[in-house]
Amino acid sequence: MATIYIDNKPYDADPSRNLLDVCLSLGFRLPYFCWHPALGSVGACRQCAVKQFKDEQDTQGKLVMACMTPAAEGTRISIDDPDAVEFRRNIIQGLMMNHPHDCPVCDEGGECHLQDMTVMTGHDYRRYRFDKRTFRNQYLGPFVNHEMNRCIQCYRCVRFYRDYAGGRDLDCFALRDIVYFGRREDGVLESEFSGNLVEVCPTGVFTDATLKQHYTRKWDLEFAPSICAHCSLGCNTSPGARYGTLRRIVNRYHSEINGYFLCDRGRYGYEFVNSPLRIRDVTWQGGVIDGAAGVERLSTLLAAGKVIGIGSPRASLEANFLLREAVGAANFFAGMADDELRLVRRILEIMQSGMASVPSLRDIELSDAVFVVGEDVSNTAPRMALSLRQSVRQQPIRSIEKLRIPVWNDNAVRDAVQSAKGPFYIASPYPTRLDGIATEVCRAAPDDIARLAFEVAEASDENSPAGRIAAALRNAQRPLVVSGTGLNNAAIVEAAARAAQALGAALSYVLPEVNSAGLAMMGGGTLAEAMEAVRGGAAETVIVLENDLYRRAPAEAVDALFRSARHVVALDHLTNGTTARADLVLPAATFAESAGTFVNNEGRAQRFFQVFIPHGEIQESRRWLRDAMLAAGRIEAEALDRLDGVIGALGRALPRFARVHEAAPPAAFRLVGKKVPREPHRYSGRTAMLANITVSEPKPPEDPDSALAFSMEGYSGQPPPPLIPFFWAPGWNSIQSLNRFQEEIAGPLRGGESGVRLLVPNGAGQQQAGVPPAFQPRNGERLLVPVYHVFGSEELSREAPAVASLAPGPYLALSPEDAKALGEDTAEVSIGGKTHRLPVLVISGLPEGVAGVPAGIPPFTGLSLPAWGKFSRMP
Amino acid sequence: MLSVLRTIWEVFLHAFRKRVTIQFPEEKPRLPPRYRGRIILSRDPDGGERCVACYLCAVACPVDCIALQATEDSTGRRYPEFFRINFSRCIFCGFCEEACPTYAIQLIPDFYMSEYKRQNLVYEKEDLLISGPGKYEGYNYWKVAGVKIGGKDKGEAEREAPPVDLQSLLP
Amino acid sequence: MNGLYQLAVVFGVLVVALTIAAGLIWLERRLLALWQDRYGPNRVGPFGLFQVLADMIKIFTKEDWTAPFADKATFILAPAIIVVTVLLSFAVVPFAPGIVVADLDIGLLFFLGMSSLGVYSVVLAGWSSDNKYSLLGGMRAAAQMLSYEVFMGLSLMGVVVLAGSFSLTAIVEAQRNLWFVVPQFLGFLLFMIAGIAETRRLPFDLPEAESELIAGYHAEYSGMKFGMFFVGEYLGIILISSMITVLFFGGWLGPVLPGIVWFLIKVFFFIAFFILLRAALPRPRFDQLMSWGWKVMLPLTLANVLVTGALVLAFA
Repeated sequence: MATIYIDNKPYDADPSRNLLDVCLSLGFRLPYFCWHPALGSVGACRQCAVKQFKDEQDTQGKLVMACMTPAAEGTRISIDDPDAVEFRRNIIQGLMMNHPHDCPVCDEGGECHLQDMTVMTGHDYRRYRFDKRTFRNQYLGPFVNHEMNRCIQCYRCVRFYRDYAGGRDLDCFALRDIVYFGRREDGVLESEFSGNLVEVCPTGVFTDATLKQHYTRKWDLEFAPSICAHCSLGCNTSPGARYGTLRRIVNRYHSEINGYFLCDRGRYGYEFVNSPLRIRDVTWQGGVIDGAAGVERLSTLLAAGKVIGIGSPRASLEANFLLREAVGAANFFAGMADDELRLVRRILEIMQSGMASVPSLRDIELSDAVFVVGEDVSNTAPRMALSLRQSVRQQPIRSIEKLRIPVWNDNAVRDAVQSAKGPFYIASPYPTRLDGIATEVCRAAPDDIARLAFEVAEASDENSPAGRIAAALRNAQRPLVVSGTGLNNAAIVEAAARAAQALGAALSYVLPEVNSAGLAMMGGGTLAEAMEAVRGGAAETVIVLENDLYRRAPAEAVDALFRSARHVVALDHLTNGTTARADLVLPAATFAESAGTFVNNEGRAQRFFQVFIPHGEIQESRRWLRDAMLAAGRIEAEALDRLDGVIGALGRALPRFARVHEAAPPAAFRLVGKKVPREPHRYSGRTAMLANITVSEPKPPEDPDSALAFSMEGYSGQPPPPLIPFFWAPGWNSIQSLNRFQEEIAGPLRGGESGVRLLVPNGAGQQQAGVPPAFQPRNGERLLVPVYHVFGSEELSREAPAVASLAPGPYLALSPEDAKALGEDTAEVSIGGKTHRLPVLVISGLPEGVAGVPAGIPPFTGLSLPAWGKFSRMP
Repeated sequence: MLSVLRTIWEVFLHAFRKRVTIQFPEEKPRLPPRYRGRIILSRDPDGGERCVACYLCAVACPVDCIALQATEDSTGRRYPEFFRINFSRCIFCGFCEEACPTYAIQLIPDFYMSEYKRQNLVYEKEDLLISGPGKYEGYNYWKVAGVKIGGKDKGEAEREAPPVDLQSLLP
Repeated sequence: MNGLYQLAVVFGVLVVALTIAAGLIWLERRLLALWQDRYGPNRVGPFGLFQVLADMIKIFTKEDWTAPFADKATFILAPAIIVVTVLLSFAVVPFAPGIVVADLDIGLLFFLGMSSLGVYSVVLAGWSSDNKYSLLGGMRAAAQMLSYEVFMGLSLMGVVVLAGSFSLTAIVEAQRNLWFVVPQFLGFLLFMIAGIAETRRLPFDLPEAESELIAGYHAEYSGMKFGMFFVGEYLGIILISSMITVLFFGGWLGPVLPGIVWFLIKVFFFIAFFILLRAALPRPRFDQLMSWGWKVMLPLTLANVLVTGALVLAFA
């Protein structure tokens, strides 16, 4: 700790940080544009000028940029010095010179960093009387809207897009005062992190294009702390709703997980909540009935007995638990494909065994040697890919330590590092987006990938590929092995664990869905057992919770299940194959309309809260089930009314969930006797928004499940992290107000990070599957591996129009050799007895005997991939 | 003490003064044309809606009685999909007029909006839109804003240079 | 027969007192308007008289809300106390010969006793509301009413000495030749000021000063519970006006017209005067009120008792 003097008062400061960072951590109001906590300093905007003095006698001082000056011992600066204040005011006056008169129609207005900084510096009158510079905008795809006139040339967008996220297609063009940030020509931004430009841009150049279609200002949205439902990482989000529809999602900082950034699937997948496919009515055999009648029907079915329940990896722990309670533990079946369930259970076992430590995304970012084993991280857990991109910088940065360049001095660090990258190895059957940063890429069939990883675990020869990987990881300070369920291969999972254990590396698995870990921990039979139970007559009624079984098992098997069941009950958000076959369909609340807990891929339980009250009969699944249990005379359900009651019962019934309640404060939690308001204090329209229906205002809805209120009234300070609905601080209306919520810049939020790790290593690990035999290509057949797509492979986000517009249709991926041998644009392939005619997509690098089909995209849903596909004409 | 008595006496004498009250419905007050009663929504000189749905009136409203939803036409011109004011809550403070950056909201001398049903005091955009520019005849927000809308391309607004030619390398 | 008559008087007094109290809602607003160059309520019925009805309907049908943090029992009891104590005081007021509920020998003491009990209502209301403004209002009321009660009683001792009785009927009869206001002018002034303070009327309405205490002790009250305070205050005005009439202005005594008419004329005169005070005078500060009470009024009262006693002794 160093002591620095700010306006003649001593403060403790971390000398490895810069002055801007330190001043903001200490709570000073210092304006800035080009600096970003995750991107470092470049000193481009000249906005954070302060006056530095040599010593106590120095009265002259000199202006320095706070972001470019280290907080060294004894530094004396003045923020309030009249010269510095004047300088900052002049700078912003210059930046504002060409800024258009757009605020009323600009989507950034009301949460604009430029607005905040202009107010902060006191520039309030435009003296510039000449013509303003203008630019033409570009079409940048369905996610990001471009309005170049507003640009203040801070360079943050390209620094994020190119340097941080590894994108290639956004750049700056032209020169002097006409520098232009955009693509070479109109087109969809390629990076799956383009949505972060919306938050990175300090003004309205890049704005959320989906929000624009139902535009609402930040102050008018009602927020709640939430967890992204579109992959297994559990990124923290802050969804905003207005007039009973979800309007947008922004990042909610979590220092261990998502940090400052989200992927585009997480940010734009939310629109499925407003989809026309949403189920809003209770239907019985196709006819609409009211909610009470629905509960009545379900309770009759429950009371009749012979009921089984099929849970879901995309439903909360609480909903799954209520189903388990309603049908009984013996009749509860996990709603995952059987092989997937086995895989996830094995992964949990490995994580719990203590064979390797389980890293958070922050740890992954700081890893310095990485081996990715058979997982297309960019497409199955995109936010992890962004963290992995940072890991390749760790070793080069360490290697330039002797140059004594502070890490935050971004330009200098990048100049010194040049294109040097740390060890990063990928083994994958098809090219991934991370290949560009990889030291070495191994293309192999799934079994061969597993063999490679096993080999790495044993390797000693430094000349073989496995040996090089082993050496790189062994020589690293924080080695990491990443694998997952993507290739659906038990040997890969096993081999990754072996490699991590042998090399002392951390081990991170990507799981298939948001609550896969939670569901697998809860137990329950397999789908095959469920089907057997129904076929054997042991069960007559099947309750399917938030699950489309056609994505879990082959269509014939599911059809057979539904045929032999007397009654099928489905609780879900969107119309799908399962709800179409169900007798009773109950509209279930989505993540944004309910509260509950998800367990992410590191075994961290995190609470999400209800954002808004939906239209129609929609209710949380657990409430439907609880109401039906009560109506069926099950009085134990009375205690399961509120979320805290359910969590308590869950902890008692299944001790491994005993700590779930620690994930967030209970509903009775109060700050100064008040709840935490979901709405900003400037929320408008309370007395008019429903006046067209009736002029008498209804009572604001109560929330019995959380310490959050559907109101703008309540505690006005900073709530504990799991309850922060949105970031706002006086004078900081943009997302940059986050600075005020952190203990120190880029550190944990005040009050500690949220979420509780449920998996405690118990050292009970044991080796299971052995080394598989080498892959043997077959004649006339190809092994079809699942090819993941960040947009399209995930079930819910593919119903969001913006995401859907980028989702691929069905195709068959062939290596150039195979495509040439086939010689046609389309191919006929039969998979599992069904023949498809598919357009051919050539992917170079596919290993011999391997082809690919898009995962999670009809007609390949429900297929157990990889599977052998038979070609009518193929050598 | 005497002053107290004098006060009492003087106040008592007011009993014989002329009343200042205007017996409103029978007797109408004369209001100046710029009297600020209820709001209306005005139009641009070219006849388009002036309101750009910026939500500033809604947030300025101390009783939160304005609700609206922004939308855009195919050319990018923003306007309110609906604009609702609940006059049964309105306190006629005029903050919305002050907040309005486009002169769309203006106050007119109409204040006696008595209804037997409160519901009739909920006004929608159709009830508020007038056909002219109101007090500000020449002003057109879109002519000073930087965004492109139908009939106004980039660089065609007031005090705007033509769009930059990015291909040019001239210093 | 006698019992029946007695019953009739009781009901008569109750009905008349409550009717006048309700009528004061209208009268006060009209008179205030008169002195402020306005009209006051003049729309509902002739001269706006039905405003009383409208107000009553409103107050009876308003949501009767009890704050969740209030002390329930006390909160409900408090408004009842004020109405009960004031109504009980009316029992000893002789409106005309024979029209009195209970012609007690100690009528005056009974009146003073009841008016002391009235303070409980305000203090309990302030305390049970569990609201800092209400509590401040209650505390102010306690201090103010205790202080002014002291010389309210003492200021009447001159009258008692002159009449030689605590019976209000006897006091009225003793004024056949000369209203006590003449020999006891100082006593009259002191009693009137104390009376205003006791009823917490303007300008001495510090316990409910809306500009500082947002209605003070009845800030949390609504509906008919608030209405009780409202009625209690108007009953208080009538009571104090009646007492002034009885004690200093010869009660029902007067030529030509029947006694009850004279009584009412005098009472309404003082009611109107109270309203005029409200229209004319600003509210003093609380410390001014207290020091005025203890440092000016109390010595003056004592002097009045002393001088009256001495003169009566000297001339009797």
